[in-house]
Amino acid sequence: MSVEFDRKIHDTLADANLQLAIYTATGRLKEKRIEVTADNVLPDYQELRTQANALKKHAIDNLDHYLEEFERNVEGYGGKVVYCKDATEVSDFVLDLAKRRGSKLIVKSKSMTTEEVDLNERLEHHGLESVETDLGEYILQLAHEKPYHIVAPALHKTRYDVADIFTKELHVARETVPEKLTLIARGVLREKFLKADIGISGANFLIADSGAVAIIENEGNARLTTSAPKIHIAVAGIEKVIPRARDLAVFLKLLARSATGQLLSVYTSFLAGPRRPGEVDGPEEFYVVLLDNGRTKLLPDRSKRESLYCIRCGACLNACPVYRKIGGHSFPWVYSGPIGAIITPQFMGVSHEPALPFASSLCGACGEVCPVKIDIPKVLLELRSDVKKSEAREGQNRVEKLGFRIFAWVMTHPRVYELAGRMAASMAPAGDGKWIKSVPAPMSVGPLKAWLSERDLPPSPSRSFREMWRHR
Amino acid sequence: MSRDNILHKVRTALGRSAGQAVADVPPVRLRVPEAAMEDRIALMMARVEALAGKAARVPTMDAAREFVAAAIAGKTAVASNAPYLEECGVAGLPGVRTGIREVGELTAVCAQVDIGITSADYALSDTGTLVMIAGPAESRLVSLLPPAHIAVVPRERILTGLDELFTILPNPAAQTSSMVLITGPSRTADIEQILVRGVHGPGQVTVVIVG
Repeated sequence: MSVEFDRKIHDTLADANLQLAIYTATGRLKEKRIEVTADNVLPDYQELRTQANALKKHAIDNLDHYLEEFERNVEGYGGKVVYCKDATEVSDFVLDLAKRRGSKLIVKSKSMTTEEVDLNERLEHHGLESVETDLGEYILQLAHEKPYHIVAPALHKTRYDVADIFTKELHVARETVPEKLTLIARGVLREKFLKADIGISGANFLIADSGAVAIIENEGNARLTTSAPKIHIAVAGIEKVIPRARDLAVFLKLLARSATGQLLSVYTSFLAGPRRPGEVDGPEEFYVVLLDNGRTKLLPDRSKRESLYCIRCGACLNACPVYRKIGGHSFPWVYSGPIGAIITPQFMGVSHEPALPFASSLCGACGEVCPVKIDIPKVLLELRSDVKKSEAREGQNRVEKLGFRIFAWVMTHPRVYELAGRMAASMAPAGDGKWIKSVPAPMSVGPLKAWLSERDLPPSPSRSFREMWRHR
Repeated sequence: MSRDNILHKVRTALGRSAGQAVADVPPVRLRVPEAAMEDRIALMMARVEALAGKAARVPTMDAAREFVAAAIAGKTAVASNAPYLEECGVAGLPGVRTGIREVGELTAVCAQVDIGITSADYALSDTGTLVMIAGPAESRLVSLLPPAHIAVVPRERILTGLDELFTILPNPAAQTSSMVLITGPSRTADIEQILVRGVHGPGQVTVVIVG
């Protein structure tokens, strides 16, 4: 485990206010999801999950076909598709377009994909103003932080934190009422929307047969981003493609329910190309940036490939007992929670944070709530195996391997096992029937010490099971 | 730029060759339940109210005009170019700007007025949703920039839900560059999970069902 990962986890655990904020927010989202997916509300919920999984599997297994179909249709409606292999290519494309059009101000709606490539920082480095317009993302941009949660990016910020950020960065009178803070942001951002030359959005789905992007949101900032400026650029990972418009009937029923417990999000925009003749408003130019950034590395492995089915609803974060304790910023990349734990090692390489696939209790809650049925626990296990294989190649885990060889030998030799049990029992503190919180100094080292620092041992029994069996 | 390289990587990883055919897309069963018009209207209204929108039902187009007139009394409004609003006489109400076909003017007007009035191409009763298809009749901004949105919808446009919408409209892109589903007032819960309405889009949505 990297020092940083360990430190961030301990910092989060030690912060009582933060613990409460994470626990309350995820708890509420979790309960709302349960309400709207219940049998009496959505009887075909399981069937929808199965369909969504089959559609995603089909789309990913034939990804090149659907990307090409999507591209043909976007261009048929007068838009343009731009393939980018990494962060530099995305920012180069936007910078070049902004330069050619003489644009200085960009409004952005929420997109995890642009977080992945640090798009704002890259654009601002070149003198462009790029403004996040989702309220949570805007707060974080002002605070120079990354999203804490896939759908609730600022869940770790209290109203007082937001008041401090707004007073400092926007030079406004201090307000702590959420409605008033929201109004302040609305006012500032409304000006930006009306002045901006370029709007950059994400995309929840790329619809191959329509050449359209679907964008789902509650605030209206994505609608403004894609309607007011003359140029709309949608940035999406290549895995977001689905075959047909009608497939949305399946995905839309699952996405908002899983994310926020709504039947549908407030706004679902289905956008195909720039404004057409006869239409009154809408952008004059329409681009879709299709980003690889490591996604093609996931494709060869038939089993782990399913990690690309994710529709970024965040339900696995809310369900995860680990996320609910260690929070979003402990995770080493922009994607947190169980889905972050499976895609980060695959995008960045397992050595990026080798402890990540192990930071899970494998309880299975994430797989159970996943609307597209990604078997997250299975992928975590496969990644654990990858980490161990990579460590073995580098000869890093000799001691661990030796330890397990000894363990295997003990476990397959009953007499040795019994002897070892008796030795351990004699060395363990009596505890007098109470839970054991520490062991004597000579044993309190290394992994055992670390293990006991967070856990207690049950009292050691006076007789082993074998002894009881013999005297039954 | 990287187009061919990325597509090549995808094909190699998947073991596919360029132009290789694909198996049939897994079937998606769209279910359109039988629902009487009265039930659709009742559910539509209940859903809109549950989202903190307002729902009203009026018997005739004249009554719709009266309703809207009362709602905008003393306020400024812009109406979309929907023929239905014209037919109801809503577009001709005093204080209502309409017939705007130039984007600059539309943006300026929508950014100033108190209320945006539209019709809707469809409504989805089981979620309380308005379906707005951009074209000569409806724009994107009238239902978006003003702080309040009133939609006047004839009852026959109320569908049961998403499945019926995509059954009727399997290819929306053939018809428009923008189809937007609106389900209640704009909202956020980004500060301490406290629900605030009207963050960027209209904080008030009123659905007037005619007939």
